[in-house]
Amino acid sequence: MADDKVKIQEDTRKMLVKWKTKRGSLIMALHEIQGAFGYVPWDSMEVVAEELKIPMAQIYSVLTFYNHFKLTAPGKVVISICDGTACHIKGGQSVIEAFEKELGVPAGTTTEDGLFYIQIVRCLGCCGLAPVVVVNGKTYGRVTPLDAPKIVAEWRETMAKEGA
Amino acid sequence: MVELSQEQIEKLKALGRTQKENLIKMGEDFKEKVKNFKASIYTCNATSCHSGGAASVLDAFRESLAATGLESDVRVVCTGCMGLCASGPLARVEIKGKKPVLYQHVTPDMARVIVSEHVVPALKTEGEIKTSDYLKKQELSLDLPFFTKQRKIVLRLLGHSDPEDLGEYIANGGYQGLMKALTMKPEEVLDIIKKSGLRGRGGGGFPTGTKWEMLAKSPLVDGEKFMICNGDEGDPGAYMDSCILGGGSHAVLEGMMIGAYATGATSGWFYIRAEYPLAIQRMELAIKQAKRYGILGRNIFGTDFNFMADIRYGAGAFVCGEETALMSSVEGKRGTPRPRPPFPTQKGLFQKPTAINNVETLANVGPIMVNGPEWFSEVGTATSKGTKVFAITGKVKHSGLVEVPMGTTVGEMVNDIGGGTSSGKPFKAVQTGGPSGGVIPASELHMPLCYEELKKIGSMMGSGGMIVMDQDDSMVEIAKFYLGFTVDESCGKCAPCRIGGYQMLQLMKKIADGKGTKADVAKIKEIGNAMKKASLCGLGQTAPNPVLSTMKFFKNEYDALLIDGNEPDAPAEKEVKACNINTKK
Repeated sequence: MADDKVKIQEDTRKMLVKWKTKRGSLIMALHEIQGAFGYVPWDSMEVVAEELKIPMAQIYSVLTFYNHFKLTAPGKVVISICDGTACHIKGGQSVIEAFEKELGVPAGTTTEDGLFYIQIVRCLGCCGLAPVVVVNGKTYGRVTPLDAPKIVAEWRETMAKEGA
Repeated sequence: MVELSQEQIEKLKALGRTQKENLIKMGEDFKEKVKNFKASIYTCNATSCHSGGAASVLDAFRESLAATGLESDVRVVCTGCMGLCASGPLARVEIKGKKPVLYQHVTPDMARVIVSEHVVPALKTEGEIKTSDYLKKQELSLDLPFFTKQRKIVLRLLGHSDPEDLGEYIANGGYQGLMKALTMKPEEVLDIIKKSGLRGRGGGGFPTGTKWEMLAKSPLVDGEKFMICNGDEGDPGAYMDSCILGGGSHAVLEGMMIGAYATGATSGWFYIRAEYPLAIQRMELAIKQAKRYGILGRNIFGTDFNFMADIRYGAGAFVCGEETALMSSVEGKRGTPRPRPPFPTQKGLFQKPTAINNVETLANVGPIMVNGPEWFSEVGTATSKGTKVFAITGKVKHSGLVEVPMGTTVGEMVNDIGGGTSSGKPFKAVQTGGPSGGVIPASELHMPLCYEELKKIGSMMGSGGMIVMDQDDSMVEIAKFYLGFTVDESCGKCAPCRIGGYQMLQLMKKIADGKGTKADVAKIKEIGNAMKKASLCGLGQTAPNPVLSTMKFFKNEYDALLIDGNEPDAPAEKEVKACNINTKK
């Protein structure tokens, strides 16, 4: 683990070079860190505090304020289910429940095997396809609760092929 | 900025003049280039169509054209939003001298058939083109009211051009508004915007010219003043800004720059939701191109005007659409609002004067400069000028992105443009303004869409979200949904919003579960009125709207759920206690 920490901190320091000289860049820096690691590791936060000269408490307060930032690593397959208004009135809620039932975990958590992570999002901007589910960047439109097992199975297979 | 010598400035100005000429030439070159094409295939690759697989459709078009040796005769264009998102992916075939044909639900296989049955015969044979029933079935008439009832200013290039091609933007009149503005005095530019009657399209409806005049009057602080473009479109179920930024990023940048020249702002920031990767990518590209061709920088087009722009990502907080919270977020802090005054135009971003404008507002500015204020103010109603972009979604047949003249009635929107409900069941209501707005019931279909009328009915224009609901939708459920959203998104800074919203939601849940009473309804109204008057920012002030407006228009639905719903109403209290809060600011 010690090696991980060194690697994470080294990578983070490199990412911060361009943000150090720009004002108000904390959120942008955190975006870049999450983009690289999938979440904002504590080890990165330490480096951000040091490099951008911002107290840890403030970084933590920003991270927990915004929905986008994650403090723990999400599963390898991120299932984003839209619960924006258009998706909601077209049955988004039942789609959420179907995925929760299929994976046996509530939204906002990762399955025990670390493979799937379900998150509820507010509007993905393709309301014409409502209800919408996005899995690792692939969009599924007009999803019904019956599609949930199929989508999960599809990704289980994909991940098995990739040897995850 | 670094001080330069007179000699250096003269050099930069000379460069600026050359750059301007180069840009104009770029537009001419583009026109020359497209002249040689005999046909064009426009394929929508905005978020919705892209999600439906538009990228592979584009590939299929290109491949099959290459296979028939027509790639130099047919231009395949990857465009911004074409509007009818429910029928996506969309592709429009334009053969020179023939009526354009729009295809819906295009797949890669269908794209190959479009090339072999429509494009190839049209270019290689004379006379009528006969396509198979398979294609005929997927043809969408361009005479649908969905298309004919629109009037496009902001969306005029979306679906008709390649948003990544700066030359095409210039050829279509792009940056001419800025070029024209730079030949005028800043006060003259302000005057044009004021005369046009343009008002903020983010929801508030504040006159843009007045806001800019306030910024113009504020002196520079440490040599700086800012423009911010608010692209934090948080209304769930609305995606106007996403498409405008993704399909017309240069137009938004141009609008901001005209504003900067009129107000003396020195740099600008685009605040865009992180959930909109395409919008971010296109804006980044627009800024990069603008820097490269001398649109952004020093001594722009050989004048004394200097301007730079940068992007900041949102991070998933609805409250950041509120301008003071947004500024806090651009500064890299928690997005919590603060009281006004001081107004942002006096003390804004980094404590310096700042004007914050919505994406759509800025996209209107260039065309107004080119065509004049009268051209713009001729469209619309007495107090709401121009057009408005709406994302009409929910249970409507033609769900998509539309731009209509202000004053278009709700009925025209839902029945003509929207084509009625998607389920075929009777229309019940439409919600505008998202979680901050209210419902418009079927009895108000004659109501014109403009700032004043919407406010009167207890809703608001909002940024342009429009959710259509049919008779199956429970109004109590939808009000509870919106309230749940705002309670989730409340930043927690002020008590009326944080506590009031939460308590209201508990009562709403009680009612939805069939355990509520008339006393609960009265309590909700009391809390709602207190929140409206005492909350710090727009989020809290408008959060009760969906509940209060559904209670007003769909009282029967609430009564049906109440334990004592059949009993007569208690006499209305003259003045609810919470209304006595002093609202003088």
